[in-house]
Amino acid sequence: MTTVYLPGDSAARAVGADEVALALETEAALRGIPITLVRNGSRGMHWLEPLLEVATPQGRIGYGPVAPSDVAGLLDAGLLDGADHALRHGPVDAIEWLAGQQRVTFARVGVVDPLSTSDYEAHGGLAGLRAALAMAPSDVVTAVADSGLRGRGGAGFPAGIKWRTVADAESSAKFVCANADEGDSGTFADRMLIEGDPFTLIEGMAIAAYAVGAQEGFVYIRSEYPDAVRTMRRAIEAAEQAGWLGDGILGSGLSFHLQVRVGAGAYICGEETAMLDSIEGKRGMVRAKPPLPAVSGLFGRPTVINNVLTLATVPAVLAQGAEAYAAYGVGRSRGTQVFQLAGNIARGGIVETAFGLTLRELVEGYGGGTASGRSVKAVQVGGPLGAYLPASAMDVALGYEELAAIGGMLGHGGVVVFDDTADMGQQARFAMEFCAEESCGKCTPCRIGAVRGVEVIDRILVGPPESRRDELVVLEDLCELMAEGSLCAMGGLTPNPVRSVIRHFPEELGLAPVAAPGPAGDTGTP
Amino acid sequence: MSGARAWSPERAGEVIAEHAGARGPLLPVLHALQEEFGYLHPEAVPLVAKALNLSRADVHGVITFYSDFRTEPHGRRTVALCRGEACQSRGGRELADHAQQRLGVGFGATTPDGEVTLEQVFCLGLCSVAPAALVGGRVHGRLDADALDGLVAR
Repeated sequence: MTTVYLPGDSAARAVGADEVALALETEAALRGIPITLVRNGSRGMHWLEPLLEVATPQGRIGYGPVAPSDVAGLLDAGLLDGADHALRHGPVDAIEWLAGQQRVTFARVGVVDPLSTSDYEAHGGLAGLRAALAMAPSDVVTAVADSGLRGRGGAGFPAGIKWRTVADAESSAKFVCANADEGDSGTFADRMLIEGDPFTLIEGMAIAAYAVGAQEGFVYIRSEYPDAVRTMRRAIEAAEQAGWLGDGILGSGLSFHLQVRVGAGAYICGEETAMLDSIEGKRGMVRAKPPLPAVSGLFGRPTVINNVLTLATVPAVLAQGAEAYAAYGVGRSRGTQVFQLAGNIARGGIVETAFGLTLRELVEGYGGGTASGRSVKAVQVGGPLGAYLPASAMDVALGYEELAAIGGMLGHGGVVVFDDTADMGQQARFAMEFCAEESCGKCTPCRIGAVRGVEVIDRILVGPPESRRDELVVLEDLCELMAEGSLCAMGGLTPNPVRSVIRHFPEELGLAPVAAPGPAGDTGTP
Repeated sequence: MSGARAWSPERAGEVIAEHAGARGPLLPVLHALQEEFGYLHPEAVPLVAKALNLSRADVHGVITFYSDFRTEPHGRRTVALCRGEACQSRGGRELADHAQQRLGVGFGATTPDGEVTLEQVFCLGLCSVAPAALVGGRVHGRLDADALDGLVAR
């Protein structure tokens, strides 16, 4: 029986994968051909979705993008033998876009059946957890520290240092929380990993629990990701049945219980302390630090909070060794980064590669430029709190410090491309509007500043031209206040996109390019 | 939410009891009640407060903080349009204008016939197949005005 793969990933479903699956099963039944249909994750080549793959002796042959109306013709042409067709791309692993990447965190995404425990083990799953259980917990922490792995959620804090703090804290109860509140526009890697390879996250969390001595964990997933919630819950059940979660994991003394907690439509809950309050059943208000969550986190207990990608990278670090992982990258940005190419881009999706690739290589090379075919005007890197970089800045190397040096921010690795029709004045306004909408309200610079920001940008955009310079002074002052005085990154980084528009696109605010005064340089992460 | 039941304090009590044992049970309880009845009935607030040993103000505060929780029934179908930057770069602003014009309601409102509730959402993680929307709980990408009209009319 021939095995056919068709992604069950949301991005594929959003462009008709379910309809293609139905057509395929119907047409195959009509022809009396038995097939096994696996709903895998997505390979991350989203312009080819729905991407159908057929297992043949020559490897998995890809066809895409497939519409339901293509299915009968594909079967007639010999799809199940991997035969030629206008939609055929040949062996998927050999497609240049994919073959040039270094997939570590995403090694199994799109390859395996996301909920098959046997498929997971057959593709190298559990090797990291087994290796960890053979070591002393403190050696596991050391391995993570030595790998140079930094938090992939945005702040880039070294994971090993955070784990060491939790491991050293004295407490009868400790927690491990995965932050899957992936609210930044332009990011979808957490979602894809959970939908495509959820056991990797579970394995990473179990390793973290062993390393720091935690007994219980939460995966906090935003409600905007209903498919990810469903897949994660099923994966936890399957892992419990397989003995990968619960008491005596893999025959060891490790007990770790994991559950999903669903958010409720608040962007701020992606901030780690707001997330803790939300899990505790409160309004998602940001907490002042210190105390650090590593010392006093969930329910006041020492808590490891890491992004999904950070935790999902840990199994590879343990399986292949810290040195192997640290061998990738540039400067202090070690390992690989999962870039997400989005917006007005011809070939959008997931590009996992060692740090150091330039923005131009990513946008023009992998991305193929804009989808509209027009020129690139701006690229927003790092989500709604990241700067809008002009086309002239695209030769920057994509690393934490490298981006910060030009006023940018890597964030969670989202890259959103805008063509020359974009209205940058409106994008600057939206940054403030978004902050006003999503601020938790705890600190004044963010709560009031964002509202005032919208008002002053409106006055710049539609007010009398002669007062623009004065309004700009107010806006600069407001940006400085928010950046320096806010409690967390929401208010603190909202000035990033605004200042980047003032600096790089002053004419779009009705200001002559030479008129951009003062401290236009962004300071990056505080 | 056509599948939702009519409000019943007895049934609400059962739903609360099912989730009250969780750690930090308030969000799971509220999600479950909304799933069951389609919205959070005002009478649910004191019931939840009593069962979880919280003040009514605590419960009210949480309901009003999170945009998912609603205190009135939705239309038969909910159209949640993504308004994030990636969707904006692919015509999301124009699509948002079109949706409001086509339905004759703003974001957060339900058409007078009770058919469609229009919502805005900030990112569905479908940024590479933008613009995107969640219609009746199902994801849709690469939308334009015609495609959205088709989904709304279905």
